[in-house]
Amino acid sequence: MAGKSSKKAVSIDMTAMCDVSFLLLTFFILTATAKIPEALPVDTPQSTVQTKLPETDLATLTIGKGKVFFDLKGREVRKRTLELMGQKYGVEFTDDEKSKFALMEGIGVPIQNLKQLIGMKTAERSKAGQPGVPKDSLDNQLADWVQNARIANIQLNDKELQIAIKGDAKEEYPSIHKVMDILQDQKINSFSLVTGLRGKNF
Amino acid sequence: MAELNTGDSGGGKDKKVRSKKQNSKVDLTAMVDLAFLLITFFMLTTTLSKPQSMNLGLPDKDDKSDSNIKVDENRTMTILLGKDNKLVRYVGILSKPLAAPKDFIYGKEGIRKELLDRKAKVLAYSTAKGKPKNGMIVIIKPSKKCTYRNLVDILDEMAIVDVPTYAIVNDFSPEETKLLEGK
Repeated sequence: MAGKSSKKAVSIDMTAMCDVSFLLLTFFILTATAKIPEALPVDTPQSTVQTKLPETDLATLTIGKGKVFFDLKGREVRKRTLELMGQKYGVEFTDDEKSKFALMEGIGVPIQNLKQLIGMKTAERSKAGQPGVPKDSLDNQLADWVQNARIANIQLNDKELQIAIKGDAKEEYPSIHKVMDILQDQKINSFSLVTGLRGKNF
Repeated sequence: MAELNTGDSGGGKDKKVRSKKQNSKVDLTAMVDLAFLLITFFMLTTTLSKPQSMNLGLPDKDDKSDSNIKVDENRTMTILLGKDNKLVRYVGILSKPLAAPKDFIYGKEGIRKELLDRKAKVLAYSTAKGKPKNGMIVIIKPSKKCTYRNLVDILDEMAIVDVPTYAIVNDFSPEETKLLEGK
């Protein structure tokens, strides 16, 4: 009796399991979006709050070393925003440049220099030493970027754009306050602050 | 060597090859292992990499109508954020404070203890007056020298302690500036 049962083959047919697992693997690979390198790396402060940022309808203002970078989610919204900004500042962008801009990371140059930035390769761009989007009262391009991104988002998605501020932990308060002020000038009184995760027993 | 040449061989040898093919099961266990490992990796990286955020609502800038609302000084605590992680708090009005200005450190043992303590006191005070819904009001005044980390830390404390009302105020009186610079 014992001899008989031990002789029985114990290999299970793995084909179906393999099929399922590869199907799932394919799904996850396709839905995962490649992480775009950050134009301005910042060290965000930590908090215990665990609200996640939305995936769409979001503009991120990255603040670090006194510079502000502007980033926007959604390819179509980016294209439309660029068109609107081009119209306002009299810079003409080609279709090729627009589709390249749609896939780019955050930008930190005045709009007059945006054409050169789009023309660069990704590796060159991160080394280019971008000066940040101008935000003085004389040349407040940051406010226009936010304004036009909101218009573009309403036109395309019919939703109000969310604004997130991603500040460097060591940044001094006035530069954060300045950006908040620009947002408040447009009646954006509610926004998110991007933070990292802190341990429970803080 | 002869068995490998299947093309020019006779019919008898052809049969031999077929019978050999019969036992051609591949062990898929390792492949399944690998696939699940990759699935786990992709699942975790897609969901865990979403950044976290803290929602912040500020009052309307142009709206001056509510700036004259009188607030009971027994309910307010003002927190001044200064240079090099300095934090000063006072209770009530600065000219005649209910609790004198004092330095605190950030975190569990510092300002949080004080906030919790004060919150309980305010609750007792409001309940005695018959309005238990009137909780503590915290006024956060970040100075020009404080860092963004300080601001997020103190906002985080507000969330932990669950302060019902708090506001960020940017104007400093000369006395308050002196308080932060002195000592």
